[in-house]
Amino acid sequence: MTNKHMNRIACFGGVYSNYLALDVAIRDARRRGVDEILCLGDFGAFGPHPNRSLDLLRMHNITCIQGNYDHSIGNELDDCQCGYTDPRDNHFAQISYDYTLSGTSVEHRGWMRELPEQLRRKLGPLSVLMCHGSPRQVNEFLWESTTPTHFLDKLARDYQADVILSTHTGIRWQRELADRRRAVNVGVLGRPENDGQTNVWYTILSYSRDVELQVEFVPVEYDFRSLADEMDNEGLPKEFSETIRTGWWTTCLEILPAKERRRGRY
Amino acid sequence: MELSSLDHLWFQVAGTLCNLTCHHCFIRCSPKNDSFGYLTLSEVRRRLEESVALGVKEYYFTGGEPFLNHDMAPILVETLRYGPATVLTNGTVLKDQWLQTLADAEAASLYSLEFRVSIDGFSPETNDPIRGAGTFDRAIRGVKRLVDFGFLPIITAARTWSDDDETAVVGQFVTMLKSTGYERPRLKILPTLHLGAEEERSHGYRDSERITAEMLAYYDMSQLICDHSRIVTDRGVYVCPILIESADARLGETIGQSMGSYPLRHGACYTCYQYGAICSNPSSAAVHDK
Repeated sequence: MTNKHMNRIACFGGVYSNYLALDVAIRDARRRGVDEILCLGDFGAFGPHPNRSLDLLRMHNITCIQGNYDHSIGNELDDCQCGYTDPRDNHFAQISYDYTLSGTSVEHRGWMRELPEQLRRKLGPLSVLMCHGSPRQVNEFLWESTTPTHFLDKLARDYQADVILSTHTGIRWQRELADRRRAVNVGVLGRPENDGQTNVWYTILSYSRDVELQVEFVPVEYDFRSLADEMDNEGLPKEFSETIRTGWWTTCLEILPAKERRRGRY
Repeated sequence: MELSSLDHLWFQVAGTLCNLTCHHCFIRCSPKNDSFGYLTLSEVRRRLEESVALGVKEYYFTGGEPFLNHDMAPILVETLRYGPATVLTNGTVLKDQWLQTLADAEAASLYSLEFRVSIDGFSPETNDPIRGAGTFDRAIRGVKRLVDFGFLPIITAARTWSDDDETAVVGQFVTMLKSTGYERPRLKILPTLHLGAEEERSHGYRDSERITAEMLAYYDMSQLICDHSRIVTDRGVYVCPILIESADARLGETIGQSMGSYPLRHGACYTCYQYGAICSNPSSAAVHDK
């Protein structure tokens, strides 16, 4: 599997139990004829009915790596290891974590416990390294506005990757690096990007001789109202369903750097 | 203690010179303390260049009061060409012209510019006994000015209250900041460091307040500043921003010479151990796998 040669892949992260967006994204990626669909971790949190996303991921044979959330749920740890520093964020994160842990089947927990933390693929001749937070740490935040290009250059050199794919922060971005290398945060399916839009995002990476690497961020429109209603019915915090309905983050705000924070409403 | 990677490069950009004389300052900064001096733009530029090959992730500027250094705005403009910059200020000497320059520079940069403004109480009555008469009003005017220029300053307060009062105090900070027009205030609460002037204000470290080998057995070492930081001063490169007055904390002349290990022997190391990541921004926080 690690030596499989491909020219077109779909990647997403942070499903956060948004099984409705996951279903749309998988169908969309299949329709576009990708060679493989990969999920970079954090299947649960935030949304309702965690088993539904896990059923979909496994039914469709999506290649998955383990995020910090999945490590926690798989090993039944006390918290999500999300790296929040604000008591309010930790309060909401704990409600969500307890809900997700109790709602995830033993069988799914065992599956996610055994997932790898990283994967490598060949996209054309390019070596692609897939991780959750960063190649060196599963829950490291790589925000666009706090990640210098020379830092990414060093990661690409140290980990011998032409392309580094990550997620974890919840907001997509990409950067050209030295020697035509690339870093891409593939975004998340679980919640919108704090921009007032209700859609979520996934990423298609293609290789062709003409343009070499092409990165396309794909918006995913889904029935967000149904998801938000289900979250309310499950007793999840209203702050979470508000984000699904409005596209503005209401929690996890303290971990945002200045530029990303300024783009939001709260 | 080994340096795992140099993620945070600090600059003691105003030395120990400050327009204020706070009673809890762990390096006794004051208008007269010139034991460490200003860094020039060319000196900072040389270190920024050195930092590229080392893969530094964030740059932090402290003092003293950084904006006493007349090169401060150009230094931040230059830094934003390399990566994200954070400046720790008391907010009392900011000028509109500098803020306009910095707002323009940040808008043109890929990277965030963070202001951390030190205010140690939510009112003149709670702040001024620590930071000096009139400093609350002056700092709040600085916060308003920053907000007017589009910045979202992180208000940084040293915990001079009891743990039991924490929730109430934080609530009062938020209420006060919102009442000044700062609608989405960001707060960072720091522990006090029982060094320098704070030794007289409260007390110094007891001999028992030291890190032992047993304490590190299951500890996430990334919580310690010296795991991922060094600080450039006009007298060389030191292990961390807290210990610059300890002679043994000077590790070399260049950053490259300062990448070696350092013994966790100080009382301040114990505070760093207890609270974790006390100097970095919330956006750069991460914990290793448990």
